[in-house]
Amino acid sequence: MWQFFKTAWRNIRQLSGDDAYERYLQHHAEHHVDEPPLSREAFFKEWQERKWKGVKRCC
Amino acid sequence: MKNHLSKLVWLLVVLLGLAAVASIAFSRGESISAMWLITAAICIYAIAYRFYASWIAATVLVIDETRATPAERLDNGRDFLPTNKWVVFGHHFAAIAGPGPLVGPTLAAQFGYLPGTLWILVGSVLGGCVQDMVVLFLSTRRDGKSLGQMARDELGAIGGTAAQVGTLAIMIILIAVLGLVVVNAMKHSPWATSTVAATIPIAMIIGIYMRNIRPGRVLEASAIGVALLLLSVVAGGWVDHHEALRGYFDHEGLNLAWGIIAYGFAAAILPVWLLLAPRDYLSTYMKLGTVILLAVAILMLQPVIKMPAVTQFVDGTGPIFGGKLFPFVFITIACGAISGFHSLIASGTTPKLIANERDIRTIAYGAMLLESFVAIMAMIAATVLEPGVFFAINSPAGFVGKEAADAVAKISSWGYAVNVEQMQALANDMGESSLFARTGGAPSLAVGMASIFGNAFGKNLLALWYHFAIMFEAIFILTTLDAGTRVGRFMLQDMLGNVWPKMANTSWWPSVLISSALVVSAWGYFLYIGVIDPNGGVNILWPLFGIANQMLAAIALSVATGVLVKSGKSKFAWITALPLLWLVAITTTAAWQKIFSDDIRVGFFAAAQDMSAKLVAGVLPPEKAAVAPQLIFNQQLDAYLTLFFVAVLWIIVLDMLRVCARYVSGRIQHSGIESPYVKTMLE
Repeated sequence: MWQFFKTAWRNIRQLSGDDAYERYLQHHAEHHVDEPPLSREAFFKEWQERKWKGVKRCC
Repeated sequence: MKNHLSKLVWLLVVLLGLAAVASIAFSRGESISAMWLITAAICIYAIAYRFYASWIAATVLVIDETRATPAERLDNGRDFLPTNKWVVFGHHFAAIAGPGPLVGPTLAAQFGYLPGTLWILVGSVLGGCVQDMVVLFLSTRRDGKSLGQMARDELGAIGGTAAQVGTLAIMIILIAVLGLVVVNAMKHSPWATSTVAATIPIAMIIGIYMRNIRPGRVLEASAIGVALLLLSVVAGGWVDHHEALRGYFDHEGLNLAWGIIAYGFAAAILPVWLLLAPRDYLSTYMKLGTVILLAVAILMLQPVIKMPAVTQFVDGTGPIFGGKLFPFVFITIACGAISGFHSLIASGTTPKLIANERDIRTIAYGAMLLESFVAIMAMIAATVLEPGVFFAINSPAGFVGKEAADAVAKISSWGYAVNVEQMQALANDMGESSLFARTGGAPSLAVGMASIFGNAFGKNLLALWYHFAIMFEAIFILTTLDAGTRVGRFMLQDMLGNVWPKMANTSWWPSVLISSALVVSAWGYFLYIGVIDPNGGVNILWPLFGIANQMLAAIALSVATGVLVKSGKSKFAWITALPLLWLVAITTTAAWQKIFSDDIRVGFFAAAQDMSAKLVAGVLPPEKAAVAPQLIFNQQLDAYLTLFFVAVLWIIVLDMLRVCARYVSGRIQHSGIESPYVKTMLE
């Protein structure tokens, strides 16, 4: 039961983008160790701009 | 043993589904429970998903679980990102499901509950879901290419350009008609207007919170936003009861239309983080929450459908829009059955997140089934109303008369009893001054939802539920309006950039201002005409939108059919070719009638000529004569626009047939545009 809520909460966070920065840090640590990661503010700015380029919502 | 059990269960599902379909199709004269619609829908969805979608995945598309997806191969931690199946499902559903599946079925309910329901069910499982799934598959195999790029690669430059121009055109019509739906919900309603107006500063507060106060704390910010939105519904009631304040929010349709036009322009040039992104968060939560709430309420209440299965308006004399059942029910309900717009989401965004090809069935086919289910619930919410009330809310004043007494007399003469006192009592319950002639679907849906919610969760809150439903629809209509205007602006900048490269610079202010102004004035024009049209405007704009959306679906299905043939799967090409054939038939018939029909409520030219003749003869009342020249011009413009849509449709289909013929005759080899196979390393 506890496990179910934990998974659900993780999915909700991922779905809403709440954990986007944490996931970015993880990706960064795995793939680009040589350069410093973006700050939370800078990452979020970029993330939002990218999210809204192109057709993202329908009728 | 387990195998037998599963066969038995599926046999039961089939039988239950058949019983449900039979009972909704053959019940005449007595009212039926909405549960039969729900049962029929769920059984049909389950069978289609388990058997048809699986067969398509395994045999036609040949899904390969060992093949690495673009999300895995091109993983950059940002847009390419292998993501949990249900998370992608959520993103995809939130992106495809807008106000379309709520408005279309409500309008189509004028034919009775049966035609629309059957089309929603059959159209989705054989058409819309297949389109979404095949397009998502094709784009996943091509590194997430957009529909326009795939059309260019697979069909040629003509197909690609048509897809681009078609998308821009459909966006403009869509925004105009959705704007009109909101205007009709807000006119002379201080409560609705103040609540909808409050959503703008609320979105901005959330935007600032997410960017500056607590950067990236999306859930926290959204929770505050949802609380503020609910508060704004309650506060709208206070405004409505406040003598001085209510005056500020009590407006004619035209003023509200100007307000929406100004808002659209501001939204297109403001940074996304300030308005668009936070509004989208709020609308997504509202949308998911309300859809779940509506499903729970319908299950709890099990309402009875009061609309007849089929009304006399199948003959084309319907009050909400003119035109016979065939082809107009198929044009009116686009979203919920098949929506071309989805192919833009299914190519481009979603494929970059898919972790494994086997998720495609759940994400594309499944999400479209859910949207179809939303359309069924909208149909239920519209048809649980007394038919007389439904027609009184939705019939435009130009058709049934401006005075309440005239309107109820006319509607009652059709056999749908309704009286002024009943409408007044309903308006009082809903906290409105009047509910007559609120064409567009939002108010009748809100009344339907309010009565379902009210009966399920407490009747004394009817007015709150009504305005909650209005706010819920308005917030994601405005999201579509913001996002659409912005996308339209980018597309226009891109196109203008071909002529003058500087225009393509999305951060060069003169280009931003000019292209935003062009897009906003394009939809603003149709919105303006819709508001001054005494017949409500929806009767013109919604069919135009339906035709445009089906045209886009035809582009997507043409690309899909072309690829199936070119990959040597001609014998399976019917899975997309049959829906395509059907779309071509209905769209061409509808366009033909909209252009050439002598019926002034269907044919654009006929309407223009009729009005010109009346204007010359001087028989129009003065307020109608004042706007007649504009309406005449608009009818002609709409006729040419329809002609344009249907021409684009035929160009694409013929282009696809040409490419297929060249492949079959051996003059071209398969282009092999699929990205090469790489074995997956995930799991």
